[in-house]
Amino acid sequence: MPFELEIVTPERRLYAGTVDRLRAPGTDGGFGVLTGHHPMVASLKTGSVTFSESGASERNASISGGFAEVLRDRVTILAETAELSEDIDRDRAEQARDRAQQRLSRRVNPDVDVVRAEAALERALNRLRLV
Amino acid sequence: MATLKQLRTRVASIKNIQRVTNAMQLVAAARMRKAQEDILAARPYADKLENILRRLSGSVDTTLNPMFVERPVERLAVALITSDRGLCGGFNSSVSRQVTSLASESEGIDLSFAAIGRKGRSFLVNRDYNVVADYMDVFRDLAFPAAASIAGDLTSRFVSGEVDRVVLVYNEFRSVSQQIPVAHQLLPIVPAESVEDESEEFIFEPDPRRLMDSLVPRHVNFQVWRALLESNAGEQASRMQAMDNATKNAGDLIEQLTQDVNKARQSTITLELMDIIGGAEAVV
Repeated sequence: MPFELEIVTPERRLYAGTVDRLRAPGTDGGFGVLTGHHPMVASLKTGSVTFSESGASERNASISGGFAEVLRDRVTILAETAELSEDIDRDRAEQARDRAQQRLSRRVNPDVDVVRAEAALERALNRLRLV
Repeated sequence: MATLKQLRTRVASIKNIQRVTNAMQLVAAARMRKAQEDILAARPYADKLENILRRLSGSVDTTLNPMFVERPVERLAVALITSDRGLCGGFNSSVSRQVTSLASESEGIDLSFAAIGRKGRSFLVNRDYNVVADYMDVFRDLAFPAAASIAGDLTSRFVSGEVDRVVLVYNEFRSVSQQIPVAHQLLPIVPAESVEDESEEFIFEPDPRRLMDSLVPRHVNFQVWRALLESNAGEQASRMQAMDNATKNAGDLIEQLTQDVNKARQSTITLELMDIIGGAEAVV
C-alpha cells in the first residue's frame, strides 16, 4: 500500500509523489514509515531521507534537519534546505566542505562562528555521502 | 520660446529616457512574476509549519521557551525592510513613514534598528536613529540562508535580554497595485491557537517540549523569509508601476513637445516666406 510523500522547503516543493516506504533521520534515531503508520510529529537531524516509489529503486534526499509530519496516508517532510541526491553538485559540496574546514581550523579568530561553521561542515559532508 | 533646435534636442532626450523607463518596467515585471512565484512556493512549507506549531501548542507550556517570554517593553528592536535601489515610487517612503509613526508612539522606549536594504539604512542614518545592524544586497540573489541569518541575529538579541521585543516593518504585497506597510511582531512569538479537533492522538518524537524548542527558531526564520519575499514582490510591483507612469508621462511630454516643434517650424517657414515676399515687393 503506497502513501503520499511531500518534501517541502521555504523556497520550493522539492518532491511530491507516491511512495511505498520511507526512512528518515529522527533526532533520537532513524525511523521507517510504511502506510498506516500512527500519526506522528518528529524532528529530524541533518541526514538523508530515503524513499522508494513502487517498483522503482530507492531515492535519497539530503536534508539539513527539520520535521516530519506523519499521517496515515500522507507524510510531509519539512526542511530548511533539502536536495535530491541526483541534484547534488559534487564540486559545490566539496567547496563548501573545504570552506567550512578552513574556517574551523582558524577558530582562534574570534570572528569565526564555530557553531555555524560546524553546521555547514556537517551539511556538506552529508551531501557528499549521497553522491 | 525655445528655438527649434532646442526643442528637437529635448524631444530626442525624452525619447531616450522613455526607452530606459520602458526597459526598466519590463525587467521589473519579469522580476515581479518571479517574486510572486516565490511567495506561492513558500506556501506549502508555511502551512505545514503553522499546522505543527498549533498541534504542539496544545501540549506544551510555551512560557518555558525563552522565545515566547513577554517582558515589559523598555527596549524595542525594529527590523526595517526596504529596497537596495531606488526608482520604485513610494515604496520606501511608505515603510519609512511607518517607522516614524512607530517611533512617535514609543516615547520613553529605547529604539534600535536593523536595516535590511540600502534605502532604509540611509533613511535611518539621516534621521539619527540608532542603527545596530545592516544587511545590504539581500535581494540581489534572494535565498533562504539570508533570512535565517537575519532571524538568528534578531533572536540572539532578544534571548540575551538586549531587547524586549522585535518588530518587523515591511511592505506587504497585496496586489500589483497595492503594497501595504505593516509592522509585525516577530519576538516574543505570539502563541498560536491550539487545535484540539484531532480524532487521534499524535506521537511526538522527541517529547513536545524539545520538539517545540527546535520548531520555534525555524518559525522565526520563516517569518523573516516571508517578510523578505513580500517586500521583494512589492518592490518590483512598485517599480513596475512607477516606470509605467514614467513611460506614459514621457509619452505625453513628447506629444506636447512635438506640437511645439511643429509650431516653431511653421512659424519659421512663415517668417521666411514673409521675408521673401517683402523682398520681392521691394524689387517690383
